[in-house]
Parts: sequence; structure tokens; C-alpha cells
Amino acid sequence: MIDLRENYLSKHTIRSWLLTIDHKRIGLLYLFTILIFFLIAAVAAGLMRLELLTPQGDLLLPETYNKMFTIHGVLMVWFFLIPSIPTVLGNFVLPLVLGARDVAFPKLNLLSWYLFILGGSFALYGVFAGGVDTGWTFYTPLSTTYANGHVMTMAAGVFIAGFSSILTGLNFIVTTHKMRAPGLTWMRLPLFVWALYATSLIMVLATPVLAITLLLMTVERFWGVGIFNPALGGDPLLFQHLFWFYSHPAVYIMILPGMGVVSELITCFSRKKVFGYSFIAFSSMAIAVLGFVVWGHHMFSTGQSAYAGMVFSFLSFLVSVPSAIKVFNWTATLYKGEITFSTPMLYALGFIGLFTLGGLTGLFLATLAADIHLTDTYFVVAHFHYVMVGGMVLAFMGGLHYWWPKITGRLYPEKAGQLAAMITFVGFNLTFFPQFLLGYLGMPRRYHAYPEEFQIFNVLSTAGASILAVGYLLPVVYLLWSLKNGQRAGENPWAATGLEWTTPSPPPEHNFDQTPVVTRPPYDYAYQSTFHPREVEQTLENV
Amino acid sequence: MRFQVFPDAASTTAVQVDWLLAFLSLVTLFFLGIIFVPMGVFLYRYRRGNPVDRTPLNISTWKIEVFWTTVPLVLTFVIFGWGAGLYVHMKTPPEDAQEIYVVGKQWMWRLQHPEGKREINALHVPVGRTVKLMITSEDVIHSFFIPVFRVKQDAVPGRYTMEWFKATKAGTYHLFCSEYCGTQHSGMIGWVTVMEPKDYQDWLNSGSPQETQIAAGERLFHQLGCSGCHAENSKVRAPSLVGLYGKPVPLEGGTIVTADERYLHDSIVMPAKQIVFGYENLMPSFEGQLNEEQLFQLVQYLKHLGREQPPEYRRQGEGAAQFIVPHEAP
Ligand code: HEC
Ligand SMILES: [Cu+2]
Ligand SMILES: [Cu+2]
Repeated sequence: MIDLRENYLSKHTIRSWLLTIDHKRIGLLYLFTILIFFLIAAVAAGLMRLELLTPQGDLLLPETYNKMFTIHGVLMVWFFLIPSIPTVLGNFVLPLVLGARDVAFPKLNLLSWYLFILGGSFALYGVFAGGVDTGWTFYTPLSTTYANGHVMTMAAGVFIAGFSSILTGLNFIVTTHKMRAPGLTWMRLPLFVWALYATSLIMVLATPVLAITLLLMTVERFWGVGIFNPALGGDPLLFQHLFWFYSHPAVYIMILPGMGVVSELITCFSRKKVFGYSFIAFSSMAIAVLGFVVWGHHMFSTGQSAYAGMVFSFLSFLVSVPSAIKVFNWTATLYKGEITFSTPMLYALGFIGLFTLGGLTGLFLATLAADIHLTDTYFVVAHFHYVMVGGMVLAFMGGLHYWWPKITGRLYPEKAGQLAAMITFVGFNLTFFPQFLLGYLGMPRRYHAYPEEFQIFNVLSTAGASILAVGYLLPVVYLLWSLKNGQRAGENPWAATGLEWTTPSPPPEHNFDQTPVVTRPPYDYAYQSTFHPREVEQTLENV
Repeated sequence: MRFQVFPDAASTTAVQVDWLLAFLSLVTLFFLGIIFVPMGVFLYRYRRGNPVDRTPLNISTWKIEVFWTTVPLVLTFVIFGWGAGLYVHMKTPPEDAQEIYVVGKQWMWRLQHPEGKREINALHVPVGRTVKLMITSEDVIHSFFIPVFRVKQDAVPGRYTMEWFKATKAGTYHLFCSEYCGTQHSGMIGWVTVMEPKDYQDWLNSGSPQETQIAAGERLFHQLGCSGCHAENSKVRAPSLVGLYGKPVPLEGGTIVTADERYLHDSIVMPAKQIVFGYENLMPSFEGQLNEEQLFQLVQYLKHLGREQPPEYRRQGEGAAQFIVPHEAP
């Protein structure tokens, strides 16, 4: 069974990594890079949580605190969450699940990574040369006229990283159209591919608006042309419109791929065909489209007209429905399944729990009159962490564990994995649930010091954050350990159905010796167990 | 350590918002229930190794899909309607509201009552009277947030925004800036004191007597020479300002705008931006000569102009330039 033939990891020189055009290696380059950003951003968050342990602003200076949440936001959003699943798991898995040799434009793919590194370097220079204190939202006129620090360096970093996103998006779209194996029709695509496709559309269409916004900001800051600053005849709310026109769809860049991963995990570990395939697939597209017309829900309290508010509120309710459809379908998939609680499954279930609560609290914020009270408080902070951390990070971890055997050829220790998944879930809830209550009580976000009646919830939240940190660190330890010591995984340790499981682990550089031909619908677990029951049993015993 | 789970509710709106929030919480619980109860059952019952019947059901999926698409859709429409209705209510201040002026500035709030009384990082209001805050900013965006009233409104430089409330419970409550505004954002806080009407009157009358906002506006109107041009017998052809507030104004270029607070404000600091139809761009800009507080006093004075006049003196809308001055020129 042990397959020791040459694979994509066989070459070891630095050059072979830095000049690689192999999508699998590029995926790993991304993995390594985004983890560095995650680490820095997490340290910033840790410092914030420590500061908030007491009501007085005693640990950090106000300016330092403000820089911390700016760093945390900018790095987490643009240098971790947005690239996470698409560039790491997407890069690695997409050509494999399509039965392709590589993405459509392998060199462009490497260029995306270099752009990402360049953008990231700007951002890191901004961080270490003195930081920025505008918040990740860069609201004008604060950012253009009043803020201290390296605003423009940071904005340049985000601007450049944006092009990396656009190129990755383009690459994925063309790959999905052109590189599918014979027989792999659109309605046979794994749902992860649908999700990546929808995400790529958003990346390509929305990111240019961010680029334009940042350019306009530069023009105002350097040449004093009044665009956003009313003192120069500009309109500060114009910035918010442009910013959220990008950033709301970006929220879906951060969640759709996660939903795709979860669809893979739920089906695999309940050994069932997914319930409502086409509804899940098209709900991704619906989210991508509707996501473009709801940006105004970030601006209910800015004094935008009541009519605009009503339109945006209404559309925001509409966009919640496709997400609900997904959750219902996942639940229904479990019915009559054969469920194992392997690590990826635990992460997937955790995802559903946290994402659902995140989504439901989103209804509070889409409700006009309720949003007025809750916006810009900790309620919002809790809401988007439930969606983005509870959602995207858990899906990312689930996906990483699921494809880890394929990526490295090794299994990780299962018990440790399950433990980490549960610690993460508990730590996460303890960190962020109290923040809903804080928000309702009225504690504004981005506060360095706060009235003492808010302390108890802040203490709980900080305690939760330290548990969460353990939940994040544990996988780093055992995954690294597994690289050398993990059990050999074999081709298909989960007895899963996708094409990626029909090639050795780790796959050879060219992915498949023969172009696979697809003859069955996706997730045909019933067929698989009837026709290869023994093989399935064996591989499952392995786990 | 003080400890609270639910915030006080001290305005008429607060109670209404709380009902809405309670309903939303119920909806949340409902969905959590219908998702996680079945999920728990499935996870337990269909765990691997549990010998139960797993033969697939033969039912049409699309009916189920339609069902669970429609139910949330209908529910969200209900929530939308409720939220939007209350929002419109929160955006429409009652006619009799008393206007208090608020300006945000890194990192403090300055307020002025119509009677002229000023406060910093504090707001005194009586129980049972509708108060409308006219809010603006001198620099970046801030937000005036009073949790116990469940109201919040951004202070945007270059425009006036509004929030209103009717306090119901005497007490002292938090006032926060809730839009991140730079270094001392978390220090841009203060107290709202809700008082019994009599106490409020005593408070207003305490200290040295102040010039009312309208009186201050009138004084500025003369000092700055506005009256020189805008008076009936002036040599310059300038439109009458009497009764202008709230009327449609035809502009050069064909557009028509409503003369609201922002229009009046901008006519003073950026007169060239909007030229009244049939007039020349003769008015100098007063940008830099007046601070936001003084500008607001002028605006209040202009709003007051004509309000006390008999109807025949009022301007007839449509660019009719009648040269009427309601008071003696100095
Ligand atoms: C030099 C003469 C002059 C002075 C001084 C002057 N204005 Fe004007 N003002 C005009 C003219 C002419 C117009 C019409 C053209 C325009 O819209 O700019 C005008 C327009 C206005 C308008 C818009 C009127 C409308 O019908 O829509 C307002 C409001 C106004 N002025 C307020 C003031 C105030 C307040 C001051 C003092 C701070 C002032 N003006 C000083 C000449 C003057
Ligand atoms: Cu949004
Ligand atoms: Cu502030």
C-alpha cells in the first residue's frame, strides 16, 4: 500500500519552491505566508484582549491600542481570511478535483503569490515602521486628513494584494470552465468548486472598486483634491459607499469557500449524497449576486435617507435566505447517514453552529430600528466574528485536516485533532458570546477603556480568548509532528468520492497518470459502498 | 463591581426597540431549535455503527426546498416591516420637538440649548419633552450614542444629522462616541442627565444669563453685514431670506433644492456652490470666519425669520424675490 514514488514534494531546493508553477506547491507557499500574517494579527488581538481585562486603559497607550485593532483587522481580513481557503485549499484542491494537471494559468498563479508577498511586505512595513490607527475601514476624513502613521503604506499593501486576488479569481474561473475532466459536467462538480467559482466572480468584480477607492484616497491625501473631505468640498459618506461596495461582497469572499468546504465534509463523514445539490450550488451564486446590492446596511446610522435604508435592509433580508437554505440542506444530509465524528466533521459541525448563530444575529443588524442601537457596538464585533472566525476559520481548519493526508501523504493523530476542534469551539463561544451582551448593553467597539459595569463580560471574553489560543496552537504542533511521524495515508483515507482521492498521496507533480473520466454524479456514497464495500471498510478502519 | 445584563430603557423609543429585539431573539431561538434539535437527533441516531434503518426516503426534494425557502422568507418580511416602520418613526421627529445643537470635535462633544446654555460632554434634558438633536462635526465622523434611549446618530462633517427621543425616566446615563474617531475615541464620552421638568428649568436658569441661539444669530447677521445685502433697501440684488426655510429654491442650472438646514449652512460657507436662479454670484464666502456653533446660530436665526411673520410677508417659493426685512436695519 505504501506509495513511495516520486511526488510533488520530492524536490527540496529553495529555488524549486520559489520558482514553482505547480498549483500544489503554490498552495503551500500561501499556507506558510498566511499563517505568518495570522500569527501577527492574533498577537495584536491578544494584546487587545489583555488590555480589555480591566476597565482602565492601563496596559497599552490609547494610540497603541488603536494601532493593534487596525493591524488585527487589516491583516486578518486581507492577508488571512480573504486568501485563506481560496489560495491554500483552492489552489491545492481545485485542479485535483477537476481532474486537471494544473490551473489554467500556472505562471499567473505564481505571479499572484508574488503580488501577495509584495502587498504583504508593504503592510508589514507599515506595521513595524510605526503602525496605522485608522481601523481596517480607513474611514475618511479620519484616514485622509487626521490619522497618524503609515496610512498610505498600509493602503498600498491592500491595493497590491487586491490584484493578487483578482488574478487568482480569474485563474479559477477559467480553470473551472476549461479544465474539467471528461464527463465532469457542471452539475457533477463538487460543491466546493461551485463555491470557489462564486467567490472568484466576486473577487474579479468587486476588488477593482477597492483599488479605485484606495487610489482616490491617495489622491486626496497627497494632492489635497476634495473627494471625501467636506472641508475640501468632498463627501465623506462617498468613501463609505465605495468601501462597503467592495467590503460587503468581501464578506462573502470570506464565507462562501468555507460553505463549499463544509458541503464536502458533511457528505463525506455522513457517507451520504448531499441533500439538495442544486439548491446549495445555486444559493452560492445567489449570495454572490445579492451580496453586491446590500452594502448600505453598514450605513443605517450615518444619516443616509430612510428610503435608501429601507431598500438596503430589505435586500439584506433577501441575502439571508440562501444561507439558511444551505444550513437546512446540510442538516437534512445527516438524515439516514452513517456519521463518524472525525476531526474534519467536528470542525464542520462547529462551523454550522457558529455560522448559524452568526447569521441569525445578522438579522438583528439588518433590521433597521434594531441596528441603530446595535451598530458600532460589540454586538457587531461578535456577529462578524461568529461568521468570519466561527465560519471561515473553522471551515479552513476542517478543510486543512480533511486534505492534509492528500497534501502530505500522512495522517495526523485523530484524538488530538478532535480535542483541538472541541477546544476551539468552546474557546470561541466563550470569547465572543459575551460580546453580544456587551453590545446590547451599549459598549461601543474600538474602545480602549470602558465603564466598569462592562468588565465582567470582558473578563469572560479574555478568558475565552486564551482557550481559543490553545485550540489554534494544538493543531500547529500535531500537524507538524505528523509530517514525519504520521501514519501513511494512502490514496483515499476517508473513502471519499472526489477525483482528488483517486491519485496517490502526495500526488505526483502532474497529478494524474491518466486523465480521469467521470461517469457518476458527485457524492455517490451509496454507489461507492455497494460496489467497493471492502475497500471502503478497510480505509475506514485506518482512521 | 457593578454588573448588568440588560440595559435600562429610559425613552419611549427604547421600549419599542426592546420589543423588537425580544421578537428577534425569539426568532433566533426558533431557528436554532428547528436546526439543532433535528441535527442532534440525526447525529445521535445515525452515528456509525448504530443499527438503524438507512434506506433512503423516496420523496420529492423540491417541495421540501420550497417549504424551507418560503418560511424564512416570510418571517424576514415580517421583521423587515417591523424594523422599517420603527425606523421611520425614529427618523420623523414630532413637530413640537425642542432642538439642541451638538457638535463633535476630536475628542469632545459641545452642545448648546436654544436658550443659549452650553454644555461639554454632558446633556441635560427634561422628562417627558421631545428633544431633537441637530448634530454635526468639525473634523472627522463621530457618533452620538445614548444606549438607554436606544438612539445613535453619526456626526458627519459638512452636514446636519438628527436624532430625537423623549426621555421617560430621570437619572444619569452614559453618552458614548460610537464611531471610531482617532486616538481618544474611547475618551469621547459623557453623561446624559434626565431631570424632572422643574429641576430642568432651575438648571437652565442657573449660572449667568446667556444670549439665546436666535438672538446670537441675529447679532451675527448684522455684524457680518448679511443684512446689508439681504435687506429690502440694499443696493445689491440679493434674495430675501424671510420664510426661506423649508421652501423649494430654484437654482441656476435648473435644479430645485429644498432650503433645509444644510442648504442654509452651505449657502453661507460655500455660496458659489448653489446660486439662486436669477441672481449673480455676489455673495462672499464666510468660510473660516465662523465656527460651526456660530453657523448653526445663523441657521437657527434664518429658520426663525418669517416664522413669526403673517402669511402675506412670507416668500412665495418659486424664485420670487421680495425684498422684505422683518426688523429694523441697524
Ligand atoms: C455682498 C452681498 C451679500 C452678503 C454680504 C451676503 N449675501 Fe447672502 N446672498 C447674496 C446673493 C447675491 C445671493 C444669491 C446668489 C447666491 O445664491 O449665491 C445670496 C444668497 C444667500 C442665501 C441663499 C438664499 C436663497 O434664496 O436660497 C442665503 C441663505 C444667504 N445668502 C445667507 C447670507 C448670510 C447668512 C449672510 C451673512 C453671513 C449673507 N448671505 C451675506 C448676497 C450677499
Ligand atoms: Cu456587510
Ligand atoms: Cu469617536
